[in-house]
Amino acid sequence: MSKQILINDLDKAGIDTLAGYKAHGGYTAIEKALKMKPEEIVEEVKKSGIRGRGGAGFPMGMKWSFIAKPPGVPRYLVCNADESEPGTFKDRYLMEKKPHILIEGMIISSFALGANTSYVYIRGEMMYVFHILEKAIQEAYDAGYLGKNILGSGYDLDLHVHCGAGAYICGEETGLIESLEGKRGNPRIKPPFPAVVGLYGCPTVVNNVESLANVAWIVNNSGDEYAKIGIGKSTGTKLISASGHINKPGVYEIELGVPVEEFIYSDDYCGGIRNGKKLKAVVAGGSSVPILPAELILKTAKGEPRLMSYESLSEGGFQTGTMLGSGGFIVMDEDTSIVKNLWNFTRFYHHESCGQCSPCREGTGWMEKILHKFLEGRATMADIDLLWDIQGKIEGKTICPLGEAAAWPVAAAIRHFRSEFEEYVKKGKYMTDVKHYYRINKLQEA
Amino acid sequence: MQQDPSASKYSGKKHVRFSDDALALAEKIMKRYPDKRQKSAILPILHIAQAEFNGWLSVEVMDYVATLLKIQPVEVYEVASFYSMFNLKPVGKCVIEVCRTGPCWLMGAEDLVKFIEKKLGIKEGQTTPDGMFTLKTVECLASCGTAPMMQIGEKYHENLTFEKCDTILDEYKNKGEDVSHWRKERIKHHTDIHQ
Ligand SMILES: Cc1cc2nc3c(=O)[nH]c(=O)nc-3n(C[C@H](O)[C@H](O)[C@H](O)COP(=O)(O)O)c2cc1C
Ligand code: SF4
Ligand code: FES
Repeated sequence: MSKQILINDLDKAGIDTLAGYKAHGGYTAIEKALKMKPEEIVEEVKKSGIRGRGGAGFPMGMKWSFIAKPPGVPRYLVCNADESEPGTFKDRYLMEKKPHILIEGMIISSFALGANTSYVYIRGEMMYVFHILEKAIQEAYDAGYLGKNILGSGYDLDLHVHCGAGAYICGEETGLIESLEGKRGNPRIKPPFPAVVGLYGCPTVVNNVESLANVAWIVNNSGDEYAKIGIGKSTGTKLISASGHINKPGVYEIELGVPVEEFIYSDDYCGGIRNGKKLKAVVAGGSSVPILPAELILKTAKGEPRLMSYESLSEGGFQTGTMLGSGGFIVMDEDTSIVKNLWNFTRFYHHESCGQCSPCREGTGWMEKILHKFLEGRATMADIDLLWDIQGKIEGKTICPLGEAAAWPVAAAIRHFRSEFEEYVKKGKYMTDVKHYYRINKLQEA
Repeated sequence: MQQDPSASKYSGKKHVRFSDDALALAEKIMKRYPDKRQKSAILPILHIAQAEFNGWLSVEVMDYVATLLKIQPVEVYEVASFYSMFNLKPVGKCVIEVCRTGPCWLMGAEDLVKFIEKKLGIKEGQTTPDGMFTLKTVECLASCGTAPMMQIGEKYHENLTFEKCDTILDEYKNKGEDVSHWRKERIKHHTDIHQ
């Protein structure tokens, strides 16, 4: 097993409570941080090289250094706990098992950014985790880690948890801010970026749960120590949510740089493909990233072993590579229908498009309909080209990246699995009768 | 927004009102946002409203929430109709939300939906004639590693098989009261957040 710093102690009794978290080294970083200058904390985070864990992978320290500081204007830190990218379930796991690691990280981060009020925006479906966080925040208030004059430092912070109500687009940071202001979650046109005009028009930093959870460790051990973990520019560890046709689905904390092959087949991680089947394809970073066939996920086009890191996964660009994204690692066995899976994802993006931009609103709907034609055995060869054409007309022409998130999977599926689309066209209705997924039990016929 | 006013259980009732506990909680939540930004509290308060009023939001309930937040009713309607967790039509006491997205589909979500449809004798989107169950399909609930799964109220039911699903639904059948995302007990005994 490689180095773990986030979920290494989940087996410790009471780690979900303030007392238990403290007994295992929790809340020590706060004492240290409050004696530092805010700029020094930002500097440590910069040195750590940590990149945002929400999907885009933007360097966290750099994002923090962009925050505007107009005098007399409040600043906000908002934690993105919307986690709705299909295939991603690490933030829920972390918040449920160890809520205080997020709270401690947020207190330090708020101090570094000069925020006196911060919010955790958690998706409404995770209501039980909302209440876990509320309880944990209360414990932190009672222990003097939140509220006025924290640990006698003169620093005040209020931390609140806020719940969404079912909308993938509220994970996009400006959609999230709109939603937190009590509106529909329509993303904003950027610039201005939230670091200048964010929540309530004030400078705001939005960071993912996992990003913020790393901050206490960085303060305790220094940015340089953090940068020693991982490989190259992919510093640190990453929580990977592994799902699909594997023997051991679940959340794994890996040191960035573990070979993909080891991650899929080692008993320390996914434990191989279930039922002795062969690997067909992997969506490595949540549903939005390009799908790769087995040969390209295990090895790059150059024939080098592919690693679980930002650089290695994107090696070869979109022609032969993909992205680490949010770390939602979805594994498909040899019996999986790529076309049907794609239809399902496209239906998802159509459903979740907020509707502001025509290419996204209409394009996702068209792609869903055309893909459905394949499933019904009504598609023609020209439909493959039409799909290709539509996805190309969405990319780069929308307000937020949901458009791309919908287009990329379509492009990649056609790029790598064109023959399967052709098979659907040639065999027509026959394909609709084949079951393309793992059967949970046999359906009894009436 | 589609709503049949005649279907509203509150049509004709002039005074839709939160219970005292819910009102106290709503006021506490509003204080979490800066002055004049109480509209921010709309999503949590609509969740509480669904828990208070049979799992759905009638026009009367939304109007009431507008008065609580001191905003225009249309500001509540436009928000309520945007988010998938809000029901704008009456629902059963117990809403079954089955995840249908990619990773769950890979693990048999399609079979699971069919199984529930058959067991309850309804189609997705419908409510059983006795008003007990409504079946909804929803998008990825961040539980893909324990697929297939469904949510009922705040609870996640994971790693489902037909057998497990069968037992779970039978248990809910005997529940007398509504099962809501924001559990009723949590309205009564909520954490006393500082402010
Ligand atoms: C459609 C869409 C959905 C997103 N969903 C999430 C999400 O659920 N959680 C998250 O942390 N980031 C999500 N993001 C990324 C956020 O916009 C943002 O980049 C991130 O929260 C920044 O935090 P980080 O730098 O710590 O990763 C999403 C982006 C898009 C375009
Ligand atoms: S790209 Fe899609 S989701 Fe994003 S703002 Fe435009 S319509 Fe909305
Ligand atoms: S796909 Fe069902 S929980 Fe993620």
